[in-house]
Amino acid sequence: MNLDVSLRKNYGGFQLDVAFSLTENRCGIFGPSGSGKSTLMHLLAGLLEPDEGRIELAGQILFDSARRINVPPEKRRIGVVFQHAHLFPHMNVRRNLLYGWKRTPEAERRIDPQALARVLQIDQLLERGVNSLSGGERQRVALARTVLACPRLILMDEPLNGLDEELKFQIIPYLNKVFSEFAVPLLFISHSLHEMRLMADEVLVFEGGHMQQRLPAEELARRSLVTGSRGYANLLTLRGPRPHGDLWLYHWEGNELILTDSGAAGDNVFELAAKDITLFKRHPEASSARNMLPCRVAGIFGAGNRIGVELACGSGRLICQIVPDSVRELDIRQGAEVIAVVKASAFHRLY
Amino acid sequence: MLNLSPQDMQAIWLSAQVATAATLISVPFGFAVAYFLVFVRLPGKALIEGVVNLPLVLPPVVVGYLLLLLFGQSGVLGPLLQSLGIRIIFTLKAAVIASAVVGFPLLVRSIRTGMEDIDERYLQASRTLGARWWDTLLTIILPLSGRALLAGMTLMFARSLGEFGATIILAGNIPGVTQTIPLAIYEYTNTPGGDRMALSLCLVSIVISFAVLLANESVSRKFRQRTTR
Repeated sequence: MNLDVSLRKNYGGFQLDVAFSLTENRCGIFGPSGSGKSTLMHLLAGLLEPDEGRIELAGQILFDSARRINVPPEKRRIGVVFQHAHLFPHMNVRRNLLYGWKRTPEAERRIDPQALARVLQIDQLLERGVNSLSGGERQRVALARTVLACPRLILMDEPLNGLDEELKFQIIPYLNKVFSEFAVPLLFISHSLHEMRLMADEVLVFEGGHMQQRLPAEELARRSLVTGSRGYANLLTLRGPRPHGDLWLYHWEGNELILTDSGAAGDNVFELAAKDITLFKRHPEASSARNMLPCRVAGIFGAGNRIGVELACGSGRLICQIVPDSVRELDIRQGAEVIAVVKASAFHRLY
Repeated sequence: MLNLSPQDMQAIWLSAQVATAATLISVPFGFAVAYFLVFVRLPGKALIEGVVNLPLVLPPVVVGYLLLLLFGQSGVLGPLLQSLGIRIIFTLKAAVIASAVVGFPLLVRSIRTGMEDIDERYLQASRTLGARWWDTLLTIILPLSGRALLAGMTLMFARSLGEFGATIILAGNIPGVTQTIPLAIYEYTNTPGGDRMALSLCLVSIVISFAVLLANESVSRKFRQRTTR
């Protein structure tokens, strides 16, 4: 993706003023509601006209106020997945899916509808009316509909917002599969840090109509250890669960972890809060916690009474949150050997 | 009780013709005007809206008289029509025009309400999927405002069946040519002993109107099943 943007828009007393250029294929726009994320999306898609500025995508100028260029949305080839799917209510799933595809010149149709429908597991729904679909199904159909128009860029405006907590993360593997398999550049708009980390590599942070900073998603998450109310959460991909007594044993980056929750046969993403990891200087022979991982301290960050310790365990990385006193008492510095202790019940399965 | 003379039958047949023709002719225009009023951003829209709605508030007789000034032999379009060999006044065409003009605002209002109810984001979705405005119009707006269009057509058809004031001025009351049901009833009530005949036609009028409403309701229900979210 090669996207160059410099835009100004006054919109009902709200001023948006941004300039950035993106090259990463998976970018996120992160910010609280009212920060101008959705306005930006509308401006990029051509659904709203900027007062001033310029948009260039893959070498083509889509908008330039100085040169009076304003390519209409239907010719921008920028796909949008809306917050509430907005499937056409008078068409069945198949007609919804093919709406954009039919309007794409044959030479541009890179994606096979059948293959996509299979990846998203909506191939059984094709003849259904869209009103009978569940929230997750609707969002998957909406995604497929947009992807099939073979856009040069897909904007996703809080696509998981309308879904309940459990469903939300079930969609993410589908999204990831589609975006990696069909290689469509993505701009993912959300106010959820988790979603950012799961969907985007680079994140633009918006606030009050301006871009505040721009950083890798992981970096943004680490900052939340200090500033966020919920702290940092490790997102771990655990593989191949096997029963272990009445618990479950998983593989994780050369380690074995014991969890209370069962998972699916393949990859499972679990959340582990940084504050749920306890550090010991020496192996505590016996503990009620089931996981004791020997680690090496790879870095220390944070400020005030929240210190983040980056741990290297096998080939995996963990972030643990402790207080400055503990850092002193355990003599934690780069290269130090510690034991990370985690309860089997501290892991929370996302998908 | 229901004994209809051949002249009554003619009046019923003429009424049906006039109402059907007026409604069908108005539909494309009504749809276009409603689309314009809802989706096109232009200054002076209020003025157009006013003109379209005027026949709704004007006495039909006034509308008829204005149409007479437009289409009459000495009217604005009179000479032009005459040179083309078209005669409008006191013909079935006049009855259709009178009904169309008087019923038009009802049609537009109904379609307009339907179009305003369409979530704008469906239109945005269709455009980002590559549909141009006319494509969106045909594939999204038209089907989603279908129910409103139908309701508008019903209203207009019913209004045309009852059109009296503008029709009697522009088309006259010529049995077999322009005499529709309301005009025939009017004539019966002015004839001594015509009350029974008038009542028969009133009954016919009620039955037709009722049938139209029922038909609208059943078709509309099908639409709703198809388009509810």
